[in-house]
Amino acid sequence: MKKILTSLALVGLVAAGTAAFAAEEAHNAAAPTHFPIDEPKEMSWSFTGPFGTYDKAQLQRGLKVYKEVCSACHSMNLVAFRTLSDLGYNEAQVKTLAAGYTIHDGPNDAGDMFDRPGKPSDHFPAPFANEEAAAASNGGAAPPDMSLLAKARGVERGFPQFVFDIFTQYDAGGPDYIHSLLTGYDQTPPAGMVIPEGTHYNPYFMSGVSLKMPKPLSDGQVTYDDGSPQTVDQYARDVSAFLTWAAEPHMEDRKKMGFRVLVFLLLFGALVYLTKRKVWEGVAH
Amino acid sequence: MSATDIHDPNRRDFLYVATGMAAVVGAGAVAWPFIDQMRPDASTLALASVEVDVTSLTPGMSLIVKWRGKPVVVRNRTEKEMKDGEAVNLSDLKDPIARNANLPADAPATDANRTTPGKEAWMVMVQVCTHLGCIPLGQEGDFGGWFCPCHGSQYDTAGRIRKGPAPENMAVPVFKFISDTKILIG
Amino acid sequence: MSEGHSTYTPKTGLGRWFDARMPLPRLVYDSFVAYPVPRNLNYAWTFGGILSIMLAAQILTGIVLAMHYTADTNLAFGSVEKIMRDVNSGWLLRYLHANGASFFFVAVYIHIFRGLYYGSYKAPRELLWILGCIIYLLMMATGFMGYVLPWGQMSFWGATVITGFFSAIPLVGDWIQQLLLGGFAVDNPTLNRFFALHYLLPFMIAGVVVLHVWALHVVGQSNPTGIEVKSKTDTVAFTPYATIKDAFGMIVFLFVFAYFVFYLPNYLGHPDNYTVANPLKTPAHIVPEWYFLPFYAILRAITFNIGPINSKLGGVLCMFGAIVMLFLVPWLDTSKVRSAVYRPWYKLFFWLFVADAILLGWLGSQPAEGSYVFMAQMATLFYFAFFLVALPVLGLIETPRRLPNSITEAVLEKNKGGSGHPAGATAAPETKG
Repeated sequence: MKKILTSLALVGLVAAGTAAFAAEEAHNAAAPTHFPIDEPKEMSWSFTGPFGTYDKAQLQRGLKVYKEVCSACHSMNLVAFRTLSDLGYNEAQVKTLAAGYTIHDGPNDAGDMFDRPGKPSDHFPAPFANEEAAAASNGGAAPPDMSLLAKARGVERGFPQFVFDIFTQYDAGGPDYIHSLLTGYDQTPPAGMVIPEGTHYNPYFMSGVSLKMPKPLSDGQVTYDDGSPQTVDQYARDVSAFLTWAAEPHMEDRKKMGFRVLVFLLLFGALVYLTKRKVWEGVAH
Repeated sequence: MSATDIHDPNRRDFLYVATGMAAVVGAGAVAWPFIDQMRPDASTLALASVEVDVTSLTPGMSLIVKWRGKPVVVRNRTEKEMKDGEAVNLSDLKDPIARNANLPADAPATDANRTTPGKEAWMVMVQVCTHLGCIPLGQEGDFGGWFCPCHGSQYDTAGRIRKGPAPENMAVPVFKFISDTKILIG
Repeated sequence: MSEGHSTYTPKTGLGRWFDARMPLPRLVYDSFVAYPVPRNLNYAWTFGGILSIMLAAQILTGIVLAMHYTADTNLAFGSVEKIMRDVNSGWLLRYLHANGASFFFVAVYIHIFRGLYYGSYKAPRELLWILGCIIYLLMMATGFMGYVLPWGQMSFWGATVITGFFSAIPLVGDWIQQLLLGGFAVDNPTLNRFFALHYLLPFMIAGVVVLHVWALHVVGQSNPTGIEVKSKTDTVAFTPYATIKDAFGMIVFLFVFAYFVFYLPNYLGHPDNYTVANPLKTPAHIVPEWYFLPFYAILRAITFNIGPINSKLGGVLCMFGAIVMLFLVPWLDTSKVRSAVYRPWYKLFFWLFVADAILLGWLGSQPAEGSYVFMAQMATLFYFAFFLVALPVLGLIETPRRLPNSITEAVLEKNKGGSGHPAGATAAPETKG
């Protein structure tokens, strides 16, 4: 055991040294080589940790932000209206919500495509007919689909953080990133930094100094009915939580089942261990 | 564990039995998701209803829509077909149960019970033979109803089995008229 | 399996009837009940059993996932998401399968390192070891093709990079690459054949596992002392002794596995694989699954031409060479003593090698730039030096510690003194017996 620990410590030392060595390489604020420039801020979320659950009121607010702001450019192709019952809506509310969207369907008996109100079985309609249209309307970069965004984004945590993450069960890399990005506009770039035209400086953006998306949210833009603060920070939190749900709708089930499975394995393991001791008693080994 | 426990045979047996039971419980719990995943998934279940516009159906005309992957026939029956259906004596029926999902499970298979009140001209029925799942042909056979080409089952104008190997009347799905010209199936 | 002295005696009439016609119960009894195993096996020896369970679990979850998966570039990503969202228990089965692959490799790496530490590859177990290496190769092929199936960005670009290895082969490289891809780039034909092969290979693994177990049962288990079994007192019956110990090891392993499946299911994956494959846009930096990272680091470490061999071919050769080393281990090690327990210098080099492998893995996950490249080159050098220099030379110059006369003696000494002969670093804490 001691030897394992010694060797792990050795590995740790080597790796830590390497990381420090690498970090010392030329660092020029005006021409950064590694992105994001700033690490995402770690927020506190209701859904993290072994007993995490979604805050339904927050998800409903996040949906409102998505509907009123994001959905103008971002599709959410994988999410069906029927699943919105997870957010605490009843069947009638889901139907009304779905009916508020127009779905392009067909062909009908005459062979024509037609528009109809949405049904719970439909998915969120995309704002653009196809990716090319989306790119053409947005300065050449198609806004990414949002269904899985909270799982498709995540800034690398680096050593030794990624080891600690196992024990702290850090699983909010996506929402932390989205929240930081949405609240990271309006900052002044360091002197001398070149911001390409048509892009917007954001130190939290993970693949460059700036991105094509302009600052999407501003204070008071979306009206909340439940008295929550109508600030960019709150909007960003709510929509990040909503996107986490959209990306991982079964997370609550997963964590609940996980707890039961681990408790069972603990008890079963104890029984097997006692049995093992009984079986081996009197046999030196 | 004290030394006395170790030599107590009952305690030892208990431990073995408990461990064995835990193993069985664990195996059972693991087996469930493997069976569970075979059931229809959430998106399949969500497609469980369709709306049909029947404006264009004059008496004697049918249309077929796909519902849950099966053909559902909507037929505006003629006067003669309705009369034939009503004239049948219940005791002549091979299957005296209505098989109508809108009615109690033991409702008798009268012509009225095969349709919906006030709209007795309209047959809405899963057009799948109750024998082995072929699609019967409409308005054929000895009873002027449906005839299954696979194994020769014959249904009357209310879709009730009259002759041949099929055991049951064709199923009437859950449906309702949401307006005079629109039917919601499922 | 071919011990020749079966002690199986059927108790019932049906048992005798069966035994006379097809002695399957006898085979099972001889192989998994009466089969003698050294009494001093520690928990490192439970990983064989753990691996069998993982293989079975992967095949089972894989078959049910295949019931919902669609191998078509337009539909694959969506079908995986349908499994995650709509299929009953689908998210559980997919996370079990995806993390199961990772934990299969965790187990196989512990299993391989155990073999290296205790010299399990030495005569007469060379064939057993080589069969194990073949299983490892098949696992890598299976894992790689499985990672392509969800058709995310990493799937696509991982497939592009890995199949690019073959284009490094002189003269016929491009032809072979096109043969593998079924086109000029990774596309629908590639996805289809990868799915077919991903379904096939696990059954080939299972076949080689049967050979591996067969070979094992001919020569018997090695053990922490590396001394061959000499008398009946050196062994215990497989059932109940090894089975119950294996069962406990398995549950501990499953506990860690379940922790990841339920609480950190995407920890070992890459976020980019939740973006659908886009053949026109390469992600910022492509990394393979963690279990390939050391080899990936070796591949990228060769940035220079070596005589007529250009750096691309050199990298590919080194990477495959790193695996070939494993096949050669039985003949590279010249030591007369098996176990590192009695080899102080080999023990040191073994742990340095473990550290080197982990370092290579970490380097493989970092961008290939700046000082990382130099470190990867040094680590690669050490990797090969361990096999090509340390293994042959240490065996010749090292003075091993005194070996006990038998397994029984070693066990008794250990239980008496405690510090006399530690049964290796991985010895279990349960010394009470």
